[in-house]
Amino acid sequence: MAKEENKAMPESMKDVEASFKELVDLDVKTSTETRVEDLTKDASTSMYKNMENIRNFEENAKRYFAAGEIPGFVHLYAGEEAIAAGVCAHLSDDDFITSTHRGHGHCVAKGGDLNGMMAEIFGRSDGLGKGKGGSMHIADIDKGILGANGMVGGGFGLATGAAMRNKYKKNGKVVVCFFGDGAANEGVFHECLNMAAIWDLPIIFVNENNFYAEATPQWYASASNTIAERAAAYSMPGVRVNGKDIVAVHDIAGKAIERARNGEGPTLIECVTYRMYGHFEGDEQSYKAQSGEEKEWAEVDPLDVFREYTIENGLMTEEELDEIREQSKKDIEAAVSYAKESPEPSPESLYKDVFAD
Amino acid sequence: MSNDKLFMNAINEALDQAMEKDENVILLGEDIAGGADVSHLEEENKESWGGVFGVTAGLMPKYGRERVIDTPLSEMGYMSSAVGMAATGLRPVPELMFNDFIGFSFDAILGQASKMRYMFGGKAKIPMTVRTMHGAGVNAAAQHSGSYYGIFGSIPGVKVVVPATPYDAKGLMLSAIEEDNVVIFSEDKTLYGSKGDVPDDYYTIPIGEADVKREGEHLTIVTIGKMLFVGLDVAETLEKDNVSVEVIDLRTVAPWDQETVIQSVKKTGRLIVIDEANPHNNTATDIASVVTDRAFDYLDGPIKCVCAPNTPVPFATNLEQLYIPNKEKVLNEADEIIFDLKA
Repeated sequence: MAKEENKAMPESMKDVEASFKELVDLDVKTSTETRVEDLTKDASTSMYKNMENIRNFEENAKRYFAAGEIPGFVHLYAGEEAIAAGVCAHLSDDDFITSTHRGHGHCVAKGGDLNGMMAEIFGRSDGLGKGKGGSMHIADIDKGILGANGMVGGGFGLATGAAMRNKYKKNGKVVVCFFGDGAANEGVFHECLNMAAIWDLPIIFVNENNFYAEATPQWYASASNTIAERAAAYSMPGVRVNGKDIVAVHDIAGKAIERARNGEGPTLIECVTYRMYGHFEGDEQSYKAQSGEEKEWAEVDPLDVFREYTIENGLMTEEELDEIREQSKKDIEAAVSYAKESPEPSPESLYKDVFAD
Repeated sequence: MSNDKLFMNAINEALDQAMEKDENVILLGEDIAGGADVSHLEEENKESWGGVFGVTAGLMPKYGRERVIDTPLSEMGYMSSAVGMAATGLRPVPELMFNDFIGFSFDAILGQASKMRYMFGGKAKIPMTVRTMHGAGVNAAAQHSGSYYGIFGSIPGVKVVVPATPYDAKGLMLSAIEEDNVVIFSEDKTLYGSKGDVPDDYYTIPIGEADVKREGEHLTIVTIGKMLFVGLDVAETLEKDNVSVEVIDLRTVAPWDQETVIQSVKKTGRLIVIDEANPHNNTATDIASVVTDRAFDYLDGPIKCVCAPNTPVPFATNLEQLYIPNKEKVLNEADEIIFDLKA
């Protein structure tokens, strides 16, 4: 009979009249209140580099998809860079993550090989999945990436199981489960948050609320105004953070990850964000507002937010930031060349890797 | 010297020996121990059930709740967690109490476990054995009695084992847990009380090999799970008519042993497959298709599939008995292909 100290359910009921800005701002943490004195130049450099790599990877994916050189479906992470880069800054190769439909960003931030990633979405034999997984299944287990996932909500169980393994092995490792606002309405969200809580698993559930599950708004599809408040039902902390503010994301995630490493159990973090592009490439996005508060939020660029922060706080100069940006562009262009030069998978590879021998 | 054990105890012994051998083997499921966090049981290191039919009894007291994990009633949550455990180096053995519950948890098998290795370019290993239970015969009605091993068997990346004897159950379970792949180990609930010789030692039976349980010359009967005993009964009966029947216990439904079945059909020229699954798109129809393709010239008559009807499993005893393939139904079908042999 543990957890008698649980608070009763919060009284907050859904405010159906809330404006878009109110939905964004509801209980949200920002770097003005979470500022960390010890954010080093090295850490800032590394995080900014990851943000640039994600952005440039996605801009190139967009370009080559439009040119017909990348086949299939592509779901771009652009606009959400601060979340993957801010959270993964705390992780090492043997901390696992599970990713989503919109998974390129997590894979980049967790150290996935850029060449292997690009070759994979081009469907080439040197891809991380030998060209057999594609955009929705990018994975690099050696880097602790249990895969992007074509099933919305597919990562919850994988992450929970990896956390069960960490707990059993008592290895001090954590798991981060990234998921979108759409996945928060899958039943397995409930099952896994509940299991993680009853077993105090070393796992952090990082929600990326970009306000649209495909073409359906979160304010329509969710009975609660926020995802974070659902944590109360599972006796775990639920925190809402500005997902375009990497300093805030980094700070909140760091605390949750430390808590998990210390055996104090799971945390739910809702990162409020927005996607720059459609659900998939080719989506006309007729559901998005073309003016007003939503448009204003859409135009906040998390890379600019961090550039301003680092300059204002004397962490990096504009020249240093520009240098990282230019280097990133070159690295991604090199990844595109690598992908284009990589051969198509051999016909016999169709039959391989179904079973382990 | 015979060493008779119950079918359920053979499975329990295999799990015990696998856990003894490898600390990465973890059991999880609903009430596989029972009574978690109940203070009067905890004080004495006791479980309540040890599985809904007692198959896993004694393992929690021996290995502790860290390795025999009672889960909430969250089939999707714990089945997909088992996939995550397997992908990160453990050898989980999740129990899906009744195979009929797969609707809640199918993505763990269909969407994740079966495809990860392929999608990730061969870099993932998913060493996971799903224990589950199928079969009609105990008035458990439509949602607790189906036979769905064939559904799993149609998924690339999944192996499916259906043992019929205690000896095979133990050896196949130990093989399944040693596998670096997803194996569905489907147990027929009506066989738990059956007895047979089971050596005490650790031994394995290769997955993918059928077993000729009775040799014969004129007619091949391929069986799955408890249908073995229907096949053997039919063979006894037909022997009186001088029809010699070969009975092949398939043991592994996916990948099924094409060579053993084809060799037998080339010898006998006649084939009946008995499968308790519903009659369409099942293992029996797949066997009929492959044998027609590979051994058409050897056949002396049509291949007969004796399956459950195309209905859910009924509750009433008389209807349920009518549902399950039995000796009369098989003999009836056999008539058409062996009439020329009867003395």
